[in-house]
Amino acid sequence: MQAPVNHIVGLTTIVRERLLPFAGSVVVRLNQKVSPNDIIAEANWSREHTLLDVARSLRISPLAAERLIKLKVNDRIPANTEVAVGRGIFPRTVRTQREGRVAAVGGGQVLLEVGEAKLEVKAGLPGTVVEIIPNRGAVVQTAGALIQGVWGNGRIDTGSLVNIAEAPDGVLAAGRLDVSLRGSILLAGMVKDAETLKAAAELPVRGLILSSLYPSLVALAREMRYPIMVTEGFGALPMNSAAYKLLATNAKRDITVNAEIYDRYSGARPEAIIQLPTFSDPPIPHEVVDFVPGLQVRMRRPPALGMIGSIVSVPRGLTTLPSGLRAPAAEVKLENGETVITPLVNLEVVG
Amino acid sequence: MPSSLVDGNSLLAMDIGAVNTRAVLFDVVEGEYRFVALGSAPSTAEAPFKDVSEGARNAIRNLQAILGRSLLDPQGSLITPGQPNGSGVDALVVTMSAGPAIRTVVAGLLKDVSLESARRLTESTYARIVETIGMNDLRRPEQQIDSIIKMRPDLLVITGGTDGGATRSIKKLLEPVGLASYLMPEEKRPSVLFAGNEKIGDEVRNSFGPITSSLHLSPNVRPSLETEDLEPAQRELAHMVIGIRKRQIKGVDLLDQWSDGHILPTAYATGRMVRFLSRVYGSKKGILVVDIGASAALISAGFKDKSTLNVYPQFGLGENLAGILNHTTLEDILRWSPLDISNGVLRDYLYQKSLYPSSIAATREDLAISQAVTRQALYLAMQSARRDFPRNIAGIKPNLTPLFEPIIAGGGALSDAPRPGQGLLLLLDSLQPVGVTTVILDQNNLLPLLGAAASQNSILPVQVLESGAFLSVGTVVSPVVYAKYGTPILRGKLTYENGVEAQVELKYGSLETLPLQSGEAGKLSIQCLRGADVGFGRGRGGTIPVSGGALGVVFDGRGRPLDLPADAVRRRELIKKWNWTIGGE
Repeated sequence: MQAPVNHIVGLTTIVRERLLPFAGSVVVRLNQKVSPNDIIAEANWSREHTLLDVARSLRISPLAAERLIKLKVNDRIPANTEVAVGRGIFPRTVRTQREGRVAAVGGGQVLLEVGEAKLEVKAGLPGTVVEIIPNRGAVVQTAGALIQGVWGNGRIDTGSLVNIAEAPDGVLAAGRLDVSLRGSILLAGMVKDAETLKAAAELPVRGLILSSLYPSLVALAREMRYPIMVTEGFGALPMNSAAYKLLATNAKRDITVNAEIYDRYSGARPEAIIQLPTFSDPPIPHEVVDFVPGLQVRMRRPPALGMIGSIVSVPRGLTTLPSGLRAPAAEVKLENGETVITPLVNLEVVG
Repeated sequence: MPSSLVDGNSLLAMDIGAVNTRAVLFDVVEGEYRFVALGSAPSTAEAPFKDVSEGARNAIRNLQAILGRSLLDPQGSLITPGQPNGSGVDALVVTMSAGPAIRTVVAGLLKDVSLESARRLTESTYARIVETIGMNDLRRPEQQIDSIIKMRPDLLVITGGTDGGATRSIKKLLEPVGLASYLMPEEKRPSVLFAGNEKIGDEVRNSFGPITSSLHLSPNVRPSLETEDLEPAQRELAHMVIGIRKRQIKGVDLLDQWSDGHILPTAYATGRMVRFLSRVYGSKKGILVVDIGASAALISAGFKDKSTLNVYPQFGLGENLAGILNHTTLEDILRWSPLDISNGVLRDYLYQKSLYPSSIAATREDLAISQAVTRQALYLAMQSARRDFPRNIAGIKPNLTPLFEPIIAGGGALSDAPRPGQGLLLLLDSLQPVGVTTVILDQNNLLPLLGAAASQNSILPVQVLESGAFLSVGTVVSPVVYAKYGTPILRGKLTYENGVEAQVELKYGSLETLPLQSGEAGKLSIQCLRGADVGFGRGRGGTIPVSGGALGVVFDGRGRPLDLPADAVRRRELIKKWNWTIGGE
């Protein structure tokens, strides 16, 4: 059976495709160096519309109204533009209330796009543009350390990494956040209360890398303007030792947290990247591998949820688990020396 | 041996689930179609694979290993038709439930008429209604347009108007819906199903054709105010769903090609089997099929004149699991647990399982939580589905589950239960059947595959159904009565084929069983006490033939609706006792 890989790797080549969900303009060029917050591609879209019913306003038939409408599709017009003028000695006039673009004309009505919004795709990592995908985006490449998480709040930022978690099972409390941490990205433990997230916002920090988050804080965490990446999941979970060690040894380096919202279909997931100088491109990590003895894995469900271990053996066929369920399983030696039997679907390869 | 009516074509049936992909071979054995073997592999709709055909090939390879014959050629393509050397298969059918819930906007005229039909139609597949536009919507047209655009729908379902009726209102409704579709980026435009007044079909074609990703018209779901006919629109919707999946997920088009277009949503294929079963085996009672897995909970019921099909992605046990708290409370889930589990632990479980939908319970505590969640999800699905059951169906009390015979249960959460007793107790708790019913476990999840196979081979489903490929769990007797705990409410006497008798006295609040093995038959005499009703009338008993199963005859005296003690300690003790009685522990 093939296993998904959660990347926690000290030096690797990282290649990421950054695409708009629909056609727009690509604003970078091939071989351009980009920072995580640089815009790769952008598109305009209108989220607000106004429908002017000229026929009804002038109390005439739709057909008659169409003859009087002075605008055509794609016209860009300022506010108070004359749309149509009725007939008679004291004719009524239909005007636009806001500036916008004419999206459609028909049936005696005019549909205006107002309140245009810009959709931007950011690089998400420091690196070089290695491929342009016309009208959609680009591929960015860099080399460095990569630590992937399981939950993110959709924000991106870069800053100096400060380790304030004394141990992988540390708890971040509001009182621990002082002015010396302003502008930093914090390697913290778990967060159990709203005050901590709010205190980090007030400071402000450039980002939080957490082991876990209480489920009741998920909605608030989404509202925070700084990136929050969670490495293990929800509840009170210590950070896995591989991620903690790698992050802790890179303290004081610049780190980018792209707390992308996990999308199991596209593969987008939150990640932290520490760009490192290299003479040649280090190998790109595998996305899937086969379960074999010796492989480093992380437990995704109890027992020992979040703990790192290595596969001792993968018995053939189905194994009866302590729960009574039967499933393909592996014998895993955990870092605390204990050996457990766990179903393969509960394991994630770390590497 | 009965003479064979079949020409011996082998059929491979595949189910692409959210978590697992299964390949099942049906072939002719001794003149009749049989379920031969099953190979399974993790599904690959999600990253990093993002291609369902990989999981399909892996499942077929595992099937090959069991069969000892090749079904794939060296390039990984399916060998069709079957070759003289035994390799390959003659046909392939595919069912699919993998993929995110389809974001759907429904539009109709009246809330209780066409919009209600649109809701029922949409609930017949893996869709989530994200916006509703109706005639009585007080928002301005541009607000409706903006709302539709914001919701980024994959699908628009438009109903409204009776055939031959007025068209003005429905035309007015089409305007904002059509404009919203037109304003979306071309590659993001939704598929549109129009199932309203047929008189304006041409107009809909002309106005919507150029501004949707695909336009489908089906016969009106409401040909008249009093009549609802969902079936043709459901069929059209099933094909549209596959079309949407082709756009969303790589590899679906390849399976479509291999199967020569015989690919259906799993739910639709299940609904087809329910219609078939209710036509063939239908009695006064209805037929109930339930399925709960990672992608959705499904309830399909077949009655004499009508069948219903409801799919609830919001009650699926996978990526949407944390969202169940929008429909229920932590306390209501934990009432089913035999272990003392805190609200916090349960909440963490729900969120963590949403992150890893394919993970399974490895510990006893995790299994207890998992089964409590499954119970509540299936209970909620059943309560929701009951709204759509016809009014004139056989039942004991209007507020209770109607009479069903049989109940067929499938889906990973039920078929994977460590013991049949656990699966049965889970069903009894969540569905709360009444009267006398047979419970059948579709342990290999064959039912939707048979539904899909029916389009290729009409004999195959009948012969496989009668071949013993399903596990009969037993006959369940559930009296409707209220009494004090421990009061006798029913006496049962089971007479075996060899004349031996076994008796039971059922007390209120307890479960009892009488052994009757699979393949055996017997006669069950029921004497109702204290006004208990098992479908013969209040306090009336009777003698009925019963067939055996893994658990024999099960008597559920726990009351309907199920009466769980409010005291948590006592409740947990009782649940443990019920588990033990029924062989779940």
